[in-house]
Parts: sequence; structure tokens; C-alpha cells
Amino acid sequence: MKTELSKERALYLKEKRNKKIAVNVSRALLLVVLLGVWELLAHLGVIDVFLMSKPSQIAVTLYDLFASGNMLTHVLTTLYETVAGFLIATFLGTIIALALWWSETLRKVLEPYIVVLNSLPKIALGPIIIVWFGAGTKSIIFMAVIITIIVTVITMLNGFTETEKGKLLLMRSLGASKMQTLVKLVIPSSIPTFISCLKINVGMAWIGSIMGEYLVSKQGIGYLIVYGGQVFRLDLVMASTIVLCALAGFMYAIVALIEKRLVNKR
Amino acid sequence: MRDILELENVSLIYQSELKETEAVKDLSFSVKDGEFVSIIGPSGCGKTTVLSMIAGLIPTTKGKILYKNEQIEKVSSGVSYMLQRDELFPWRTIEKNVYLPLEIKKIKDASAYERANDLIKKYGLEDFKKAFPHELSGGMRQRAALIRTLSTSPDVLLLDEPFSALDYQTRLSVCNDVYKIIKSEKKTAILVTHDISEAISLSDRILVLTKRPATLYKEHVLPFNKRLSPLKRREQKEFPILFDVLWRELNDEN
Ligand SMILES: Nc1ncnc2c1ncn2[C@@H]1O[C@H](COP(=O)(O)OP(=O)(O)OP(=O)(O)O)[C@@H](O)[C@H]1O
Ligand SMILES: [Mg+2]
Repeated sequence: MKTELSKERALYLKEKRNKKIAVNVSRALLLVVLLGVWELLAHLGVIDVFLMSKPSQIAVTLYDLFASGNMLTHVLTTLYETVAGFLIATFLGTIIALALWWSETLRKVLEPYIVVLNSLPKIALGPIIIVWFGAGTKSIIFMAVIITIIVTVITMLNGFTETEKGKLLLMRSLGASKMQTLVKLVIPSSIPTFISCLKINVGMAWIGSIMGEYLVSKQGIGYLIVYGGQVFRLDLVMASTIVLCALAGFMYAIVALIEKRLVNKR
Repeated sequence: MRDILELENVSLIYQSELKETEAVKDLSFSVKDGEFVSIIGPSGCGKTTVLSMIAGLIPTTKGKILYKNEQIEKVSSGVSYMLQRDELFPWRTIEKNVYLPLEIKKIKDASAYERANDLIKKYGLEDFKKAFPHELSGGMRQRAALIRTLSTSPDVLLLDEPFSALDYQTRLSVCNDVYKIIKSEKKTAILVTHDISEAISLSDRILVLTKRPATLYKEHVLPFNKRLSPLKRREQKEFPILFDVLWRELNDEN
């Protein structure tokens, strides 16, 4: 049975819905207008198609890339590197953060190293990485890992050490061992931190894999972008960037889904 | 009645990088089985420190603390500490929160869990067993925290300002509830509080400490009939007189 809504409530809900529709329509419109103006200016010759490309050309390029099956290879390559980097870094980073939480001495000893590694622009390690791991997928994954892992360690360690004092005291007053404190208090209370860390890591892993591809690759979205730039095929650069946006958004959506799952469980 | 707890010339000095802090000095008192003792004193005088030592969380610098004639060296399951805030874990249901001490102490027998369940039922949280802490009122949460403290069947309860996070109305009724629970479970209790009227309405005996370093300043055995509830005590004619005396003693010390 439908429950009767009060007039005020109905009005409120309606206004709310209208606002939401307005926002969504505006979003779509903004995109359409931007693309339209771009296309128009290109046709009128106001902007140089050679430097800027144009939407219709990008669309054709996109279609060709997918139709020939080339794009799929590139997408899968980059996706593989990014996901591998993301998983390895998140896993190892969390383990390292746990070890640092466990031992205060270790934490004190490693602190300056972590700070330096964090502020170091990781791209500077490019040559070393290539020498060590070769000009291939391994180097790219390593780049993604090194960029992501430092952030993971710092974020997770912060989460672990910020466990509420009162709750730690409670555990102590119950005579809990360090392991029990870790498993029953520190880890469960750090789940929100872990989720925000996952979100940050998605972005970091993409930065890492694309940067890696800029350096060494023969395949992948990053490679396509660099290649397109070198041969002045701006339509190729733009098309690849669009695919990259879609992939990053897709991966973020998966993390958001995981978040929903974890939060519902609590 | 025998003494269940004895402090003999207990002193405690905190060490930190900048200085030493003498928190407790030469403190001696004892508590009888089943007794309800309150400790009051100026703020920062060392009350929490005294409870922490009894709980076995920090070792004394000098002196001895005996629980059932044995020196306390580490956390013992006979003495249970209830903190100022309920510290219920938000990701655990009320039931699971109550079981926490049993899990930590690796108590596996079903009878312990049954007893914890009986407490939940007896003290009105049966309907909230599967609820999460944020679904409960402040008073109910504090009751859940007390049941968690009782789940390992300790003999002595240490209560460090357990009501101070509650608003006044709730405080009065939770105070009443907690008193009833402690008495009906026949527990010994040591309560630290800032609130003089709370101390009078709950205790058999009140210890007044000096300012830091804390040592025993005055001791009062309260004259009330054992059957009076804390709320009823507040209506007795001795109540304001005692309040006055204690208030003066605390201010002398400040
Ligand atoms: N871990 C510590 N290290 C150093 N000094 C401490 C420590 N804990 C407490 N102190 C100091 O010891 C003294 C007594 O502290 P304590 O917490 O026992 O007092 P209290 O009577 O419980 O205070 P309050 O009324 O504020 O609850 C204070 O001066 C405090 O600053
Ligand atoms: Mg205190």
C-alpha cells in the first residue's frame, strides 16, 4: 500500500528530484556544448585542426582503433600493469605498515627513509628501474608499485597509530596481547582508512603505469599517447586520453562498490 | 568481612623526558569484600593513577598492593576496570562487545557465555543484543559497558568517573542502575568521581585524597541504611550535611 505523503513532504521530494534532473541535464549539456563549439571552430578554421584535432575526427579514430582490435590490446596491457601495480602495492604497503605499527623501533629507524622516498619524484628512478628490470612490462609495474606503495605505507600507518587511546586502554585493561589488540581493535578500526587508501591508490597506480609506459613501452595507452604526440596525430592522443578517463572512472567505481560492501557489513 | 584489597604505603613516580612527577605518595587503605568505596580528590591529584595501579596496568614505584593477599603484578581477571567512556566497538554488536573480554581471556566454556547472556537479559538489553552501539542511548551504552566489565565475573570493579560523559538526568538514573547491578551481583567496587553527591549517594565509605602527590587525607564511613537506593539517599537529612563537610575538605585541599 502506498502511504500518504504530506503536502510539504511531496513538495520537498519533488523539488529535490527536479534539482537532481537539472544537474544531470546540465552536465550532459556542458559536454555537448563544449564538443559542439570545438567542432564548429574547427570547421570555421578558427583553430588549427592539426594542433587541436576535432571531435568528429577523434570519434572516427576511436572507432577505427576499436574496430581493428588494436585498442583492446593496448587497453588490456595498461589495465594489467595498473591492476598488478595496485594490488602488489596495496598488499605489500599494508603489510609494511603493520610491521611498522608493531615495532616502534623499526618505525623510528625507517622514518627518515620513508620521508625522503615520499618526497622523491619517482620518475627520477626511471633509468635505474629500466636497467634493473629491462625495458618492458616489469619496469612499468615496478614504477606503479613504487609510486603507490609509499602512499599506502604512510596512510595505513597513520590509520593504525590513530587508534583511539581509550579503546587501547580498554584492551590493555583486559590483558590483551599485542596480537589480540591488532586483530580485534587496530585492524577493524582502520577499515575506513583502508578504503580511502584504496581510492587514492587507484589514482596512484594509473600515474605509475602511464608514467612507466612513457618511459619504456611498446604497447599500452600511455604508449599510444606518446606515439600520437611524436607523429603529430592529435586525434590519436585525444582518443587515447578519453579511453584512459573511462578506464580510471571504471576502476574507481569498482572500489566504490567494494566500499559499499565493507560499510554495509559494519 | 575480610579485606579483599590492601594498599600498603604505595607511591608512584612518573618518569618522562623532561621531569619526574610524583603522583601518589605513601597511600594506604584497604577495601572489604562487597564494600563500595569512593575516592574523591582535587583534579589531577592522582586518582586515575591509583586505579591504574590496582588494575595492574602500571607497577607501583614503592609499596605493595594485595588482592586476596597476593601482590598484584599484572592485569588479573579478579579485578575489572570500567573506563570513563563506554569504549564499545562500533563495528561489533552489543552482544559481541559484551563477549570481548571472554575472547581476550580465551574463555571458551559455554557457561561463561551463558552467564554473559543472562546479564544482558537481566539488565534490560535483550532487545538490543544484535544492535550496534550507535543505536543505543548514552545510558544504555554505559549499562552495556558495565555488563562487559562483569562478563568475566570479577570480584572487584574499578570505576573511573563512569558517568561523567552523561547528561545530568541520565546520570542520575544510570547511577541508580549501576548501583543496583553492582549490589545484586555482590561485587566490591571502587569509584573515582569528581561529583561529591554521587559519592555520597553510592558509597559505604568515602576516601578523600590530598592534592598531588595523592595520599589519604580523610575517610568517612557513611551512615545510611543499606537498603536505600542512591536516589533515596539524596533525600535523607544527613545528605546535605555530608555534602558540606566533603566540599569543605576538598576546598581545603585545593
Ligand atoms: N603517563 C604519565 N606520565 C607522566 N605523568 C603523568 C602520567 N599520567 C598522569 N600523569 C600526571 O600525574 C598526575 C596525576 O594524574 P591522574 O590522571 O592520576 O590524576 P586524576 O586525579 O585522575 O586527575 P583528574 O581529576 O583530572 O581525572 C597528574 O599531574 C598527571 O599530569
Ligand atoms: Mg582521572
